[in-house]
Amino acid sequence: MSIDLSQFLPSFLEESDEGLALMESGLLDLEPGDDESINAIFRAAHSIKGGAGTFGFNQVTDFTHLVETLLDEMRDGRREIVGADIEILLKSVDCIRLLIEAEKVGETCEDSRIGHTTDLLNQTLALSDSSNEESNEQASVESTNVGGSSQTSWQIEFIPEHHLVQTGNDPIFLLNALADLGEVSIRCQSQLPAFDELDPEELFLTWQIELIADVDEDEIREIFEWVEDECQLNITKVETVEQVLAEPEHIASENTEAPVPQIEPEPVTAPEASIAPTSAPAASTPATNDKANKPAAKATVKAKPDAGSIRVGVDKVDSLINLVGELVITQSMLSELGNNFDLTKVERLNAGLEQLLQNTKELQESVMRIRMLPISFAFNRFPRLVHDLSLKTGKQVDLVINGEQTELDKTVMEQIGDPLVHLVRNAVDHGIEAGEQRIANGKPAQGTITLDAYHQGGNIVIEISDDGGGINRDAVLNKAIEKGVVEPGVTLTDSQVFDLLFEPGFSTAKQVSDISGRGVGMDVVKRNIQALGGRIQVESEQGQGSTFRVYLPLTLAILDGQLVKVGDQVYVIPLISIVESLQAKAELINTVSGDLVLYRLREDNVPVLPVYQLFNLPADNKDVEGCLLVVVEADGQKVGLMVDDLLAQQQVVIKSLEDNYQQVDGISGATILGDGSVAMIIDIPGIIDMALSHARDKQDQFYQSMTQEHV
Amino acid sequence: MDMQALASTVPVQGEYSLEGIDFITNGDQYLTFELDQEQYGVDILSVEEIRSWEKPTKIPNSPTYVVGVINMRGVIVPIIDLRLKFGIGTATYTETTVVVVLTIETDEHSRTIGFVVDAVSDVLDAEESDIKPAPAFGGRIPPCYVDGLVNLENDLVTLLNVVELQKIEAHASRKKG
Repeated sequence: MSIDLSQFLPSFLEESDEGLALMESGLLDLEPGDDESINAIFRAAHSIKGGAGTFGFNQVTDFTHLVETLLDEMRDGRREIVGADIEILLKSVDCIRLLIEAEKVGETCEDSRIGHTTDLLNQTLALSDSSNEESNEQASVESTNVGGSSQTSWQIEFIPEHHLVQTGNDPIFLLNALADLGEVSIRCQSQLPAFDELDPEELFLTWQIELIADVDEDEIREIFEWVEDECQLNITKVETVEQVLAEPEHIASENTEAPVPQIEPEPVTAPEASIAPTSAPAASTPATNDKANKPAAKATVKAKPDAGSIRVGVDKVDSLINLVGELVITQSMLSELGNNFDLTKVERLNAGLEQLLQNTKELQESVMRIRMLPISFAFNRFPRLVHDLSLKTGKQVDLVINGEQTELDKTVMEQIGDPLVHLVRNAVDHGIEAGEQRIANGKPAQGTITLDAYHQGGNIVIEISDDGGGINRDAVLNKAIEKGVVEPGVTLTDSQVFDLLFEPGFSTAKQVSDISGRGVGMDVVKRNIQALGGRIQVESEQGQGSTFRVYLPLTLAILDGQLVKVGDQVYVIPLISIVESLQAKAELINTVSGDLVLYRLREDNVPVLPVYQLFNLPADNKDVEGCLLVVVEADGQKVGLMVDDLLAQQQVVIKSLEDNYQQVDGISGATILGDGSVAMIIDIPGIIDMALSHARDKQDQFYQSMTQEHV
Repeated sequence: MDMQALASTVPVQGEYSLEGIDFITNGDQYLTFELDQEQYGVDILSVEEIRSWEKPTKIPNSPTYVVGVINMRGVIVPIIDLRLKFGIGTATYTETTVVVVLTIETDEHSRTIGFVVDAVSDVLDAEESDIKPAPAFGGRIPPCYVDGLVNLENDLVTLLNVVELQKIEAHASRKKG
């Protein structure tokens, strides 16, 4: 049985992702003489190469090898660390990522960038010391890429002694080394003894290799140097260059048989599994066996969509296990109590239930924490982005990141990435001014973009601020008037003006660049953030810079809610939007413009929305006087929701109504209460919109009836 | 083709066996239920479960026949009163009132909805040839909901189209005086 390599593929992909990220961040911070970083980068590249080799991702291996060679020269101090090289290395990181992506779906990557970067790497390497010993290795890699015309066909017979593998030699390395020289087609023959004579730690295979490469016999013998005494090696030269050209497909297909030895080395790697090696050689032609395995493995990789995985800190898992342990103890205590229960034990029962409550709560919190990841996962792509953008725009930009350890739900994190990229791009492209202009304005030539994340109440706040030119209020307003979004002559507050930026098709950039300014985006940014239940706020001062603040809920699944009663129905109001709850006093109630009820809350006049009316319910109390008002706020608008009763506050799990039904106005979802019944969660911005459209309808109707009377 | 014979040849691992399971027949099967005095049927494969009536939570501004939602093992399931939807009989809720929960899968989504009926009657085997088209005179039920009619001794069973049933009209616009 062969080891099914495909099962390790996800971890390889994950690790190489991490490796690439490490290389990237290392390269961005790399300074001459920083041995620690360059070693780390080199190690990351090396593990990617090694891993890729194991899986037979030759394109990745070859490419990474070049990168590694360059890094090795830097590491040994044979090469100065200069900006240009770092640029090439950064490009190479992108290429490796592309190559691995392609291998993941079993395709060959044909992006032109890869060829281009390979050339760059080769040039850089060639420019260095050509007599360098590294260039030898270099040449050998190149020879695999160049399909030379002066190729020779070699017939190699490799008959190892039975004890070859016991000396630590692995035929797979020899065969791979041969494959590095040129096109190989390998045929494997087994001379298996009877089962009872079979020693699983011995090798009973021989190989016949056909090599087509531009090499001489010595080079081939060199490969077998280490095993010379332990094998019979016959090398003969066959001149069949025409055949190579005539049958390229044949060679290509035979070439897929090259990984034969992947099956074979098992006697060494897993000698304890004594049955395993017998079955491998027993399969008459391991080659075909492997051939059959490979596409199958690829197919499974393809079929499985990326389910995603999280790395969870051991401490989190430990605390989870502790909590589950406690839960089990509580459970056994309770069930023992239940076995022979009498009224004298009520107190103990209560205590037990209290403990159960505590355990459940802690367990819930712990489980939720598993989904929480530090926001650095979303932030760590920005240094590279800003680096690239500042090169592209010719602006000097420094990126400062704070609060990387702030934790955020994984789902929110995944969806906030793109909007953040957009905001950062905007900050570089529109926010930061060009160097000369900055100096003229008395600012340092280097602009600064600050990314910050922190918790505030039940929200996480992500701030993207720049010290650039700020938003030109008048330009925005003029543009809005030009586009017909705003009527001319209307006075707007600053925040209202800045909100216009999020209108579709709005861009004030004088020039459309390839980075941003096409006028698509900001509205998408806002929509994405709203879809996550968050909001975005802009602050800007002309000449001083702008700050975009993104408010997001910590998690999408659970919210703190206030249960209220309207008629015989229970509703949940998100605690986060509640300003206060109060009993309406008669003297503070005012009725204006006919039937709009306002409640004087200190300085404000808060419109009162009767929930029973909006939701079409029978209510116990239809009189505003003396009723309970829950004052809530959304989008800067405060309203008082008229309810019959305030019940408990509790955390509720949000369930979708749309799965089996449809979106309902004024309702953001449903939840299941402790008694198993369903309660609707009120969507505060939604219910305000509802009330507004109600009012509008009422006015329309009133005016219609007026005009009808006059006709 | 004899389905029973076919079932016995199906290789089954473990202790499960298809032998003796009498619901394997040649035709389709329908769960029949009563609305007022009339018999109706739905494809039995879409029936998730049959529940007794419990008071649902109202959905604000829903059409009258959507009486609310219930919690079915953690899933929020809307409840539609077929008597109100089709205008047959009166919508009274007693202890014997039942809710037939159907899971209907279409290309776009899978929906689980409960339908209030007066009582559940039987399981009806009907081959395709037994199903007759509904007369064009029509009753109160829009023809799109009716797949056909099946004679059952002296009674008549109306087969309902579950895919149509799961379509929920958008909430009526809230415009009112």
